[in-house]
Amino acid sequence: MATVTESAPAAAAPPDTTDVPRGIDPGLAREDKVFFVAARTVGIVVLAIMGSIGVFLGYQSIPTLSRYGASFFTESQWQPENDVLGISAVLVGTFTVALVALVIAFPLALTSAIYISEYATSRVKRLLVSVIDLMAAVPSIIWGLWGFFLLQPKAIHAAHWLHTHVGWLPFFNVDTDPDSASWAQSRYAASAFIAGIAVSMMVLPMAAAVMIHVFGQAPIGEREAALGLGSTRWGMVRTVVLPFGRGGIIGGSMLSLGRALGETIAVVLIISPAFDIKFRPLEVGTNTVAALIAGRFGEATSSQLSALLTAGFVLFIITLIINTLAAMIVARSRSGAQE
Amino acid sequence: MTATMNFGTSSQPSPFAPPADDVRPDVPRVLVKTTPDDRLSFWGSLVGSGALVWLLYTQILPFSGRVGFVILWYGAFLAMYAGVTAMGNPATVVLDRLMGAIIRGGAYVVFGTLATAVVFTGAKGVEALSNLNFFTDDMAGVRPTDDLSMGGVVHAMVGSMIEIGIAVAVTLPLGIGAAVYMNEVGGPLARVVRTIVEAMTALPSIVAGLFIYTVLIVTLGVSRTGIAAAMAIAIMMLPIIARSADVVLRVMPGGLREASLALGATKWQTVRQVVLPTVRPGLATALILGIARGVGETSPVLLTSGASTYFNANPFNEPMNSLPLYVFAAVRSGEPLYIARGFGAAAVLMVLVLILFIITRILARQKVGRR
Repeated sequence: MATVTESAPAAAAPPDTTDVPRGIDPGLAREDKVFFVAARTVGIVVLAIMGSIGVFLGYQSIPTLSRYGASFFTESQWQPENDVLGISAVLVGTFTVALVALVIAFPLALTSAIYISEYATSRVKRLLVSVIDLMAAVPSIIWGLWGFFLLQPKAIHAAHWLHTHVGWLPFFNVDTDPDSASWAQSRYAASAFIAGIAVSMMVLPMAAAVMIHVFGQAPIGEREAALGLGSTRWGMVRTVVLPFGRGGIIGGSMLSLGRALGETIAVVLIISPAFDIKFRPLEVGTNTVAALIAGRFGEATSSQLSALLTAGFVLFIITLIINTLAAMIVARSRSGAQE
Repeated sequence: MTATMNFGTSSQPSPFAPPADDVRPDVPRVLVKTTPDDRLSFWGSLVGSGALVWLLYTQILPFSGRVGFVILWYGAFLAMYAGVTAMGNPATVVLDRLMGAIIRGGAYVVFGTLATAVVFTGAKGVEALSNLNFFTDDMAGVRPTDDLSMGGVVHAMVGSMIEIGIAVAVTLPLGIGAAVYMNEVGGPLARVVRTIVEAMTALPSIVAGLFIYTVLIVTLGVSRTGIAAAMAIAIMMLPIIARSADVVLRVMPGGLREASLALGATKWQTVRQVVLPTVRPGLATALILGIARGVGETSPVLLTSGASTYFNANPFNEPMNSLPLYVFAAVRSGEPLYIARGFGAAAVLMVLVLILFIITRILARQKVGRR
């Protein structure tokens, strides 16, 4: 900038004049100015695209929220033809599916992460880390097929067994008689339970990857100290690795919860849509926000589209909060591990 | 091990050796050793619990089903293994063995499940894949009940390629440019960009699809085409790629950057000749993982592309099919032959993702070699 021109007379000046101090900051070269402007432009474009989605979703939600108000969050039915709209049932369904997924994915992710990080030999370890990454890249439609065609015929028996033996817990109840001679298989199919298992396989690698990462950061000195004091391998894992990785375990699980909430295709393939608020995941029929959007966008008029966008916005805000909390927990655990 | 021990315990003492009763040659301790007792207690428990569960489960009690059998076997194995170990070991060892068995069991379940998904898709897809016309024909004029020797998925494969190609052409410069901006230029605005990009990774893919559907198709009147689907995929991929590129650039050692600047290079020269070449494998990995994610995602294209049955390589006109959408439509039809086609397309998709993944691994390995 201005300093560039200042330094030029200094160089050209005769040697007997007083020293003109050279500018310490030479300013930017011309190509750097171009580069900065270009990079800033790209950054602003990305910011505009990303920001406009959030603003657009929020803006589109205004008419729906002002029309239905709080009843949008308490009404369970989705009947735009009767002007009755609400997302309480789909929100409950979304969380049911996600919680089932998390309950299944958490122990599996934790054990496989401990296995890869602490039990596998170093060559196998690298292979298995790749396998976990590959699992994350498997398209959700494949897990949908797996859940629908392979898992469902088996899972209805598991659901029936759970209902028969622990059905006195309201969570495992199904609105049918489990002990009749020919039990109603269809009452156990297309449920949040089965969709949750399929979703758990999708979110599991995400949680496992975060856990493997933080387990690997557990300090080697304390591991060796534990082993040197005569600890068994599990003793070392319990006293060193797990306490150091606690933030990663929680954060990774929350990240996978965020992903599970937004999962669409596997859920759409498996569940049969139902709009009642229920806490019986083994029973046929549930719905999630994502499945609602996938099922209803085609026939939607502009006001219904606004309602769907509002549902999507609510889902986005929930996911955003969970992801932000998860990122904070992971980051805090990392700084703790370095101390 | 045995060779060292033979050497050490040789009966010829060296003249410089300490007194004979103190000869304790250095033998490396075996850190992980399994005694015959350990191995026998493992295999014995495995076989014993299997036999017990088989007897009780299939012969005496009125149960059936393989899944239940395996679960009970595992439970009985854990109990028996703990019991057998407890006969000759202290409680800490019992707990160690038990947790080892549980942790290994969990890991095997995960890898086994992944294997079943891959094998199941492949096995069900073989029927459709064994007809070569599956790779060369489209579905124009083919009814769902027609034999597998008619029709194919070439239109969906080409559609997927075109859509992902456009999406990459949009997201690659924007994503990497934004990451370069965040790391090499900086400033308060860059922090805002980083915050927003990180927030947008939480955007569910179906909401990205709904956004494009509402803006492009409903509001702007664009018909359902490949370009709309590509935009939906791009919206979904952009935060993913920008964020992972940001992470790659952030972990690059600052010393290289500073060395370049200290030699008098401009910022742009540093970025172009030092930063980007150094992180190229990492960026490629980020990009390809983003592609793998984008090519397999069904929900954005479900809302935006429409589903053609015929070959259409023009993204700006007419609907365009893609592999995940084809699979989705096929398995929802309920027609057995059409479902078989769906599995064939799913297997093709799986292979595509696998190829992308292997490329990623090769690129990631180069990074190790370059250091």
